[in-house]
Amino acid sequence: MRDGGQAAPDAPAVAGGQTAPEARERILGRLRSARAAAGGPAVHAGTAPAPGEAVARAGHAAAPRAQGEPGARPPDTAFLAAKAWPPAERLARLRRCMEAVKTEFVEATAATWPAAVRELLRSAGARNVMAGAGSALAAPLAAACAGGDPPALLLYDRPVEELKESLFSTVDAGITSCLGSIAETGGLILCPSPEEPRLLSLVPPIHLVLLDPASIWDTLWQAVRELGWARSIPPNALVVSGPSKTADIEQTLAYGVHGPKRLVVVLVDGGGAGSPAPAR
Amino acid sequence: MSQAVYFYGTCLVDLFYPEAGMAGIELLRREGLEVVFPQGQTCCGQPAFNSGYSEEARAVARAQVALFPESWPVIVPSGSCAAMMRCHYPELFAGEADLPAVEALAGRVHELTEFLARVLGVKLVDRGQPVRVTWHASCHALRELGIREEPKSLLAQLANVELAGLARERECCGFGGTFAVRFPEISAAMVADKAADVAATGAAELLAADCGCLLNIAGKLEKAGSTVRPRHLAEFLWERTRPPVGIGDP
Amino acid sequence: MTAPAADFRASATAALADPQIRANFRRAMDGLMAKRAALFADPEEWRALRALGAAIRARSLANLPELLEQLEERCGANGIAVHWAETVAEANAAVLAILRAHGASRVVKGKSMVSEEMHLNDFLGAHGVESLESDLGEYIVQLDEETPSHIIMPAIHKNGRQIARLFGEKIRGAQYTEDVDALTGMARRVLRRKFEEADAGLSGVNFAVAETGTLVLIENEGNGRMSTHVPPVHIALMGIEKVVERLEDVPPLLALLCRSATGQTITTYTNLISGPRGPREKDGPREVHLVILDNGRSRIFLDPELRATLRCIRCGACMNHCPVYTRVGGHAYGTVYPGPIGKILTPQVEGLKARHELVHASSLCGACVEICPVRIPITEILLRLRREASHRLPGSTVREAGEARNPWEDRTWALWRRVHASAGLYRLVTRLLARLRRLPPPRLGPLRAWTAARTAPRPAPRTLHELARDRGVRDA
Repeated sequence: MRDGGQAAPDAPAVAGGQTAPEARERILGRLRSARAAAGGPAVHAGTAPAPGEAVARAGHAAAPRAQGEPGARPPDTAFLAAKAWPPAERLARLRRCMEAVKTEFVEATAATWPAAVRELLRSAGARNVMAGAGSALAAPLAAACAGGDPPALLLYDRPVEELKESLFSTVDAGITSCLGSIAETGGLILCPSPEEPRLLSLVPPIHLVLLDPASIWDTLWQAVRELGWARSIPPNALVVSGPSKTADIEQTLAYGVHGPKRLVVVLVDGGGAGSPAPAR
Repeated sequence: MSQAVYFYGTCLVDLFYPEAGMAGIELLRREGLEVVFPQGQTCCGQPAFNSGYSEEARAVARAQVALFPESWPVIVPSGSCAAMMRCHYPELFAGEADLPAVEALAGRVHELTEFLARVLGVKLVDRGQPVRVTWHASCHALRELGIREEPKSLLAQLANVELAGLARERECCGFGGTFAVRFPEISAAMVADKAADVAATGAAELLAADCGCLLNIAGKLEKAGSTVRPRHLAEFLWERTRPPVGIGDP
Repeated sequence: MTAPAADFRASATAALADPQIRANFRRAMDGLMAKRAALFADPEEWRALRALGAAIRARSLANLPELLEQLEERCGANGIAVHWAETVAEANAAVLAILRAHGASRVVKGKSMVSEEMHLNDFLGAHGVESLESDLGEYIVQLDEETPSHIIMPAIHKNGRQIARLFGEKIRGAQYTEDVDALTGMARRVLRRKFEEADAGLSGVNFAVAETGTLVLIENEGNGRMSTHVPPVHIALMGIEKVVERLEDVPPLLALLCRSATGQTITTYTNLISGPRGPREKDGPREVHLVILDNGRSRIFLDPELRATLRCIRCGACMNHCPVYTRVGGHAYGTVYPGPIGKILTPQVEGLKARHELVHASSLCGACVEICPVRIPITEILLRLRREASHRLPGSTVREAGEARNPWEDRTWALWRRVHASAGLYRLVTRLLARLRRLPPPRLGPLRAWTAARTAPRPAPRTLHELARDRGVRDA
């Protein structure tokens, strides 16, 4: 095994902090020295070709070079902004994309969704469903699941260390809200929180999500900009586009690898409990 | 006084497919062009350049550049050599005093089929018998020069020619110049697949516009005992469309 | 662990003769190429997205030191501890130190090619830490004590039957089955317990956003989220070149990456990590660490032309389209990164003396250049590295530049130059060969390699120079 890069003695490790601060200086120093040679940082480097590339492009009067060469003008993002579908088409497109990867859709109303969820889980043989303790979904579900028959409502109401074992082995379904969805590719944007922890949408084999059909962005690019995450981003955000899958065995698709085996989107006007709708 | 063009035969055409070179010249002459063939021409320099020997490549390239003083188009019956001159000569001469002249030349280099189809817009009338052919696209022509449909558009004009497509038309045949001798087993595997693809089309003739590819595939076809006839596109086009040969014609 | 092959030529020749490798790779590459093509059917969208992707990556590289510092600062503000490692030894030491500080002895891993560069599993194993791969493809190769043969689909060299046999033999209590769902279910059961019990989770990073201090990870299986959310400690590994400037740079790069890598418009999960468990959060790791590895990249950065090597977003499309990779498979290269990207990256990282073979093992067909989503001029870089391999160029910063010089080759090209720089000498030689109707020497050297598979080329009786003169074509 060859160790690439400069030959450097093994630096003593500093537990819990930065290892060998000299590594940082060596790396950054080398990077900066390259630019000093070229005449300083290039803020709009996407516009100017590097020296070798400029020469290679010179002298081509007739056909443009088909091989890779950098753009000489600033990158065009207008085509990203232009990707848009009429509202009615957005939902159809979202469903098409997600159903193609085995996501299930259920239509309900603010009044009927808890019973619809209960029935779906009952047919699946689910013993229970877990919601976030502070989630707005908990109360309506508690009402629908009261009465002793499965599924029972469980609450994610304490740190994972205290319920990890049951989460991994006896919780059959998790239910969350979402921030919205993406029409172009399919996908739901989730923002785990103290009220709706991360593992709800990952560990139980069934994941149900309430989606307001009006909360559909055209593209992820637009969603990211409108959510304002560039200024302030939560510790964890997630886009989920279907149940877990793999094609690692002879490129044959198999579902339910490590994440949920079933992803069920429950379409409810208003998102079931006043989840924030994006401004479009 | 007709428009003149230079013809740069390339070393492989010179030695192995000279009739294809002559056919290219005749096709151009038929369009009313005066074709000038500088006898001093040798090789575009690509073999040395591709091996990392730029100084040697540049010395030979410089000698070629000096052969084309007039600002006439330079027509090249080979995708890889045309790409060498058009795309790589400028970088080969970066920092050299004669770079401007080289860049000017590079801008005037045209691959033959591209020149016939796009620049001259030749009209071809088929005088030959019905035949099924297949077409192999040279990687350099395809990807460095962006020549995709021109050769096939020329063939499409020939009424009695049926073009059967290769299953992997754009996959490399394995020649790659010195690659074929540096990594002969890999090259052999590639050309074996290409030859099998050719055979599967049921074509009587294999056409290509790059002699490296032709030599490579032809050698494999012959070794495999195939009856498919490999030919340069120029030679094929000229033979199919030339007026009937009379007494005294070469 | 199977040692990587030291001799590409020998490994390639062996692979070419293995019908299983030939069949597995041909089928897999055809499938991946078709899936990618279907998602880039619109040439205008391909052009626009690719231009944007290339520009985003070029901008990242142009501002690399500043962006790395900004990333470090933002990550720090988010509660992510940043560690710098110039060498793989430093990176391994950093990871081990973190694990030791937590008394961690069992680790689960998401897929990370940087960790392959580090040979991390072997290192941790030697230090008493179990490091279990959780991506199904990586799990398969780890079970069989191999290395990945493709950067996206690590077990692509195996067919279903080979995997069925492997699972039957190596997984305790497993019944032999070729049913893909059953096999997947076995892996799920084994790994589920490991996720639950692991002391720490390791992952790679697809992109790190300087603007927000965010690590972006994409995956289909869910093992990545399991590894990064369940254990109390998460250690992320990235190369210095993976930083991007803005959060809005990420969606177009993901569009290019997903379509190019697996023929999907989006993966199952896109995971944006900007810190450990928040103050009131009930789950997520208590600590998140980011190890930033150089391993030769800053040296590549020194050269403006070669710097484009670092644009790579690790999609694997280049190897999917490579006629050489398709035929020899990933293991023959004996490198962490196989295929076209491997041919330009590895020699620069490990040195041209050791790896000059790789830069010549290409027909320069350009299929890789044509589909690279960030427009890396791979064939141009190969040509440059060929020059650097046999010549010591002034000001070169390439590792072991000029140390693969071959005196025989020097003489060959000196002779070639002599003949071709002189019109008279050239015409003499070609006329002679034409009269002989064959190339000498008939059964030695290059011609012998050629004629093993083909008939020898036969010179025509008269050269084009002669025909042109005979038929009255005007000389200049």
